[in-house]
Amino acid sequence: MSDHKKKASYEEMLELTKQDLNTGVGRSVKHESAAKQVSGEAIYVDDRLEFPNQLHIYARMSEKAHARITRIDTSPCYEFPGVAIAITAEDIPGIKDIGALKPGDPLLVEDRVEYYGQPLLAVAANDHETARKAAMAAIVEYEELEPVLSVEQALRNNHFVSDPHTHQRGDSAAALASAQHRISGSVHIGGQEHFYLETQISSVVPTEDGGMIVYSSTQNPTEVQKLVAEVLDIPFNKVQIDMRRMGGGFGGKETQAAGPACIAAVVAKLTGRPAKMRLPRMEDMMMTGKRHPFFNQYDVGFDDNGMITGCEMKLAGNCGNSPDLSDSIVDRAMFHSDNSYYLGDATITGYRCKTNTASNTAYRGFGGPQGLIMPEIILDEIARTLGKDPLEVRKLNLYGDEGRDTTHYYQKVEDNVLPEMLADLEQSSDYHQRRREIKAYNASSPFLKKGLALTPVKFGISFTATFLNQAGALIHIYTDGSIHLNHGGTEMGQGLNTKVAQIVAEEFQVDFNNIQITATNTEKVPNTSPTAASSGADLNGKAAQNAARTIKQRLVEFAARHFNVTEEDVEFHNNHVLIRDQLMPFADFIQLAYFNQISLSSTGFYRTPKIFYDREKARGRPFYYFAYGAACSEVVIDTLTGEYKILRVDILHDVGASLNPAIDIGQVEGAFVQGAGWLTTEELVWNDQGRLMTSGPAGYKIPAITDMPIDFRVRLVENRKNREDTVFHSKAVGEPPFMLGISVFCAIKDAIASIGDYRSSPALDAPATPERVLWAVQDMQQRQTQHNPAPAAEITT
Amino acid sequence: MIRFLLNRELRVEQQLDPNMTVLNYLRSESGRTGTKEGCASGDCGACTVVVGELDGDRIRYKSLNSCLTFVSALNGKQLITVEDLKQGSALHPAQQAMVDCHGSQCGFCTPGIVMSMFALGKNITHPDKEEINEALAGNLCRCTGYRPIIEAAAKMYVDATPDSFSTEQDATVARLREIQPTQQAELSDGTKRSFNPTTVAELSNLLEQYPDARLLAGGTDLALEVTQFHRAIETLIYIGDIAGLKQISVSDEQIELGAGASLSSCYHVLNNDYPDFGALLHRFASLQIRNQGTLGGNIGNASPIGDSPPALIALDAKLVLRKGNAVRTIDLQDYFIDYKVTDQQPGEFIEKVIVPRAADNGVFRSYKISKRIDDDISAVLGCFNLKISNGIIESARIAFGGMAAIPKRASLCEQALTGAPWTMATIEQAKQALQQDFSPISDFRASKEYRMQVAGNMLTRYFVEIESPEVETRVTAYV
Repeated sequence: MSDHKKKASYEEMLELTKQDLNTGVGRSVKHESAAKQVSGEAIYVDDRLEFPNQLHIYARMSEKAHARITRIDTSPCYEFPGVAIAITAEDIPGIKDIGALKPGDPLLVEDRVEYYGQPLLAVAANDHETARKAAMAAIVEYEELEPVLSVEQALRNNHFVSDPHTHQRGDSAAALASAQHRISGSVHIGGQEHFYLETQISSVVPTEDGGMIVYSSTQNPTEVQKLVAEVLDIPFNKVQIDMRRMGGGFGGKETQAAGPACIAAVVAKLTGRPAKMRLPRMEDMMMTGKRHPFFNQYDVGFDDNGMITGCEMKLAGNCGNSPDLSDSIVDRAMFHSDNSYYLGDATITGYRCKTNTASNTAYRGFGGPQGLIMPEIILDEIARTLGKDPLEVRKLNLYGDEGRDTTHYYQKVEDNVLPEMLADLEQSSDYHQRRREIKAYNASSPFLKKGLALTPVKFGISFTATFLNQAGALIHIYTDGSIHLNHGGTEMGQGLNTKVAQIVAEEFQVDFNNIQITATNTEKVPNTSPTAASSGADLNGKAAQNAARTIKQRLVEFAARHFNVTEEDVEFHNNHVLIRDQLMPFADFIQLAYFNQISLSSTGFYRTPKIFYDREKARGRPFYYFAYGAACSEVVIDTLTGEYKILRVDILHDVGASLNPAIDIGQVEGAFVQGAGWLTTEELVWNDQGRLMTSGPAGYKIPAITDMPIDFRVRLVENRKNREDTVFHSKAVGEPPFMLGISVFCAIKDAIASIGDYRSSPALDAPATPERVLWAVQDMQQRQTQHNPAPAAEITT
Repeated sequence: MIRFLLNRELRVEQQLDPNMTVLNYLRSESGRTGTKEGCASGDCGACTVVVGELDGDRIRYKSLNSCLTFVSALNGKQLITVEDLKQGSALHPAQQAMVDCHGSQCGFCTPGIVMSMFALGKNITHPDKEEINEALAGNLCRCTGYRPIIEAAAKMYVDATPDSFSTEQDATVARLREIQPTQQAELSDGTKRSFNPTTVAELSNLLEQYPDARLLAGGTDLALEVTQFHRAIETLIYIGDIAGLKQISVSDEQIELGAGASLSSCYHVLNNDYPDFGALLHRFASLQIRNQGTLGGNIGNASPIGDSPPALIALDAKLVLRKGNAVRTIDLQDYFIDYKVTDQQPGEFIEKVIVPRAADNGVFRSYKISKRIDDDISAVLGCFNLKISNGIIESARIAFGGMAAIPKRASLCEQALTGAPWTMATIEQAKQALQQDFSPISDFRASKEYRMQVAGNMLTRYFVEIESPEVETRVTAYV
């Protein structure tokens, strides 16, 4: 692009314009930060150069789950040299509650402790260790109150953070009463710690206007801006949030990044010094919320073929101590309680249970997985009851033609590619041959048993709070032809910046490297929605595309005028602009436009069309479209110990027309492994005082390298554009593949069911830790003994 | 005075907090923020750095957790961090492979993964999948699901030219020779101090002088007192510079393992005689921890859930304890008295561990049960060493971890087996006896019922593995 380069001849340029841009949409461009990440040069908030007067903050956590605070005395904190300030709720200048949508999340406890780990006070000192020691020296006295620690207890006592809500279609009670077969049961679905590798952190610098510059690891800069302004009681326009990248988010930094930012802002305001708050891992795990654990009950009627005719489900989410985003999260569990299946007459009720634990929050899938797993558990049980292969029963119940194409919230399923996808995967995974081999293996192997399951996913794309489906972007082209790109989305590793830059590259037909991606900043693009609900590329990609098209249209009009040609004569191709028979490098053309006083900067905006939802009536089209996927998992379990391994996984996933196949496959693989972790080794354990015992990676086990399937085959559906007008007809990919991990849970259950000749479905709560698997195995062995008193396989000498 | 190379730059430290971890030294003192803190407890690997140690006329590279390593442990070594790999604008092959394979997403674990890959590549040019898994089991990644990382590790040195560490090796060796510890070193910040003795005699003197000093070997457990429990350690004695404590020797009768030998370096000799001990060591924490942690440390910290003591007790290992010139040898099982209470006297230290060679009629098996297969602490660890002749169980040594306040033998179970015929009926009786041996507790790793049940089932597995070797009994065999 530079003038210093040797000028290419017309023929050379013409040759180049005949070639495709090789870094545009649909190409596996490398993650924009990859080279910096591998060399340690990528800067995260804690890596920023500190100031000479830098303060570090530590928040003292409650050591009771439910109590009234009778006394907080911070005077002992000041006995430690280097302590600048110790703050309690009283010291907050503005609003003291940072609840995202409803109050309930005090920045620091005012009088009533609601969970073990809740921040009570914060100390700022010259170094983190001093701040911690001083905070621990404060005197805190409690008057203990009875805590509610289990979701069942909360459900029994109608102890909710907000009211129950129901989706209803038809007369489920009548359908159940007249069903040929009926099963009912309940299951606990565990929560999940995000375990982003970078813990929550914000670093705040006071400005000359009484405002703040906040470097925050957040998925939601606009909300952090709002809350920082509100706790300081200053206008939003005095607060700037800067967010270059997160070391992982997964939903955990959608609302809960705000706490450290606000505490640091209060400290910075009161001291006039830059202040940083980084949560050590244990504090992060104890203080912040997780995926909601659910307690789900079901009552299902079905016919002799295994087709569901009626269904009632009660989905009780453990919301923790405050609403946070739980209204929408439990709603999404309800929206996905059908997964890919027509439920017949259905009544789905969601409960938002309040317990004295950290406030549970967004986590990849946003409640969807906890609802979506239900039909998979139910259909397995139906198949066992009828002696059919679970895949056969699944296929039978898929959404279909008219009459079977509408969800229980009355959205029509318009683009159901699942029948084709399941047929494809059934064949490519060699399902039936392997099913036979596994049965033969299980018959000959007395202790190890193998299991197989093929499960689909249908996931609704759009924020169900419709107003959030909007985005903005900002593009400048400088006179050397280089492009500055900014948008309202945040980069947490998912490759959003890469995809958006590819979109802009495609629009202008310039190389990806010609585009500078910049930190998300509330001064560049205001009033943004969180990067959540898998919507990052859909929304921000479209906004950036619109910004690019605005500038491009100006350029086209200019060229038509300047060269006296029609607009159709102006073409952008592979770093060049062709104006009828004139050909020039993009940079030269931009220079020309500049000298002719053409604006080379534009914002872009996008709102999602078509969607609406009436929550009162529980009807509408909350989702612009659905993303689909399917996975076939094979596992081996040890019936003596409950240990297991994932042997092989085949995945077929639908991303529409992929913006970047390598990044999309990375999302699918990573989401699958995270989803499998949720349902296997990732167990959260609290003690009877409400203290989280698995408060670090020594006790909380996310998948390690050998937990990856031994044989892992991932494919994207090819030649299937999104039928909706999404950006380049792609589909969202962040969350949907997470639920492919359910196939592992079902495969483990399949292996256990083999002990009882597949006649009944094992009782297994999630996560399926080795311990739970062993108990389910023993339960199945007892059922088998009752059914058939002669020993099955026995080792004798 | 501690001397080490920060890549190629000589660092000399004297006035420094001896409780400072290498991670904090890098990030706070040296402006090297490429190395990340993910957990500060040695469980995630984000802080992985590589240390080069002189080994004759070459350098051995080891990955380790900088969050659990005190600066004094760098004495005489080369510290390599993620910033050192790139040459000019050219990425190192380990880095380039990660970029090419789309191996980074959020990038926070990436520097640690790159460093584990770098160490792997320096030791094994063309690692297979198992070697890759072993090298990276201590590096958690929450984004990728690992597939592209494995691919990157497999291809990183294909067609790669020698890196700067290879081309500079002779010069680095020469510089490391100059700073090899020859005399006792010391680090102090005025209130806390640490010593690096170089001989057993110096160590004995120090222990006499500072009876309350804490012995620092790998530090993979001790450092947690600083990073997780926020306790200052006044006086530290780092034993890693004492060559005499790291010796490993094998005779016809026994294997002698210096207390300061790293778990990694014990692997080979133990695996040779007892493949199940080798398999256990493979699942012992992570490679970073095994490169640092020592056999003596794993015994000395007297944890009820340490992985080596049950295996060593089942093998009838002896412990050599020294105080000054006084040396005594005890059965390892007698070392453990109560929760975190041992037979070690003030001023005394573990000098070596002696393990008998494998007997012809003995069958040693160890079964580790944990929530996650790799890099996890055992819920139950059972180690079985039976000698069987002519269908009769001649002797039985069985020890468990995670079943009591100390690593403990299953005495009644052993009695039930000893002298009895080698049959499933005997095993069933032994399982009954085992119920009397232990009353385990419930915690977040497992319930007491599960621990008890699994401990008993291990006897079944042991019997089946010997009697019917064609029967599959271990999911870990699938790799």
